[in-house]
Amino acid sequence: MATPTLDKEDAKPEAGFADSPYITVTFRIRRFNPEVSADATWEDFQLEIDPKERVLDGLHKIKWDLDGTLTFRRSCAHGICGSDAMRINGKNRLACKTLIKDINPAKPITVEPIKGLTVLKDLVVDMDPFFQAYRDVMPFLVTTGNEPTRERLQSAEDRERFDDTTKCILCAACTSSCPVFWNDGQYFGPAAIVNAHRFIFDSRDEAGEQRLEILNDKDGVWRCRTTFNCTDACPRGIEVTKAIQEVKRALITRRF
Amino acid sequence: MPAGTLYRGREGMWSWVAHRVTGVLIFFFLFVHVLDTALVRVSPEAYDDVVATYKTPLVALLEYGLVAAILFHALNGLRVIAVDFWSKGPRYQKQMLWTVMGIWIVLMVGALYPVLGHAVREVFGS
Repeated sequence: MATPTLDKEDAKPEAGFADSPYITVTFRIRRFNPEVSADATWEDFQLEIDPKERVLDGLHKIKWDLDGTLTFRRSCAHGICGSDAMRINGKNRLACKTLIKDINPAKPITVEPIKGLTVLKDLVVDMDPFFQAYRDVMPFLVTTGNEPTRERLQSAEDRERFDDTTKCILCAACTSSCPVFWNDGQYFGPAAIVNAHRFIFDSRDEAGEQRLEILNDKDGVWRCRTTFNCTDACPRGIEVTKAIQEVKRALITRRF
Repeated sequence: MPAGTLYRGREGMWSWVAHRVTGVLIFFFLFVHVLDTALVRVSPEAYDDVVATYKTPLVALLEYGLVAAILFHALNGLRVIAVDFWSKGPRYQKQMLWTVMGIWIVLMVGALYPVLGHAVREVFGS
């Protein structure tokens, strides 16, 4: 038997079905359509899905095969664009980074829009207040004097100082997990503070004092109650509460 | 279920909720405490009457609750201070919370006899 042969007799046609990775999962989705009803309702969808797939894949299956009216945001679908933050089983996560097998598919998977921002339709919320708070902390490099003719050099240690807060993708998972923000949308929120932190502690930037003054406001960093929901929610693993505390400490110590 | 679900926060969120609740409870206690102490200015007899009701087993149970609230609020308050002022505080907040709960349990066991001993003797006889 020099030549390998495919023995068709041995192939079990049933094996493909018996070993199917697919399981039945119930998606319980918070639906809201202001053109139909002023109230949000729960709707269940049953899917055959591989548990190694993501929640976003489940939402795609629903939208593409079951109910085209299901509305949600997503763009890159790989955890970079920050479009698909939603509340999955009660916690803020990115649908594109959450595997079905990791969130107990035996029970219905609840999917809701993030809290604290106005729901426009289904899982889509109005992100304007969130981005306004982001703009208010001046999230860009501010310098004075002549432009250097080459790049602005920075030591590895100086870069390390704010490395954690450069990872933010502005998905709003942190801000919409914050009980203070749910209660009062005027609070800047963790995401804006994280992005202020990114420049406050940047050795090349010269507007740190201005940003600190903005965050010294009554709706600034002092409203943080260190519930750590933001740190738990961040899909990028940023230690959000730690960054907020560093801004608070910078405010306390800067004049001494 | 018509309403949305509760946010599933973790230790940090629930310790904050407990801190708030115990803080409000302690405020109400202080309110009552100022009132009953002020009664002595009205009449010492009225003050004695009110304080006598505090010796009942039911109030002893409430006092034990007060001890629980104050101990939690005080110990967790130290944790919050550490989170605020210690640069590694945010990273160790969970360990600090479990430490707080451990000390809290020990102190609560320690407070059993001093706070509830009298009430137990009253209810079950000595």
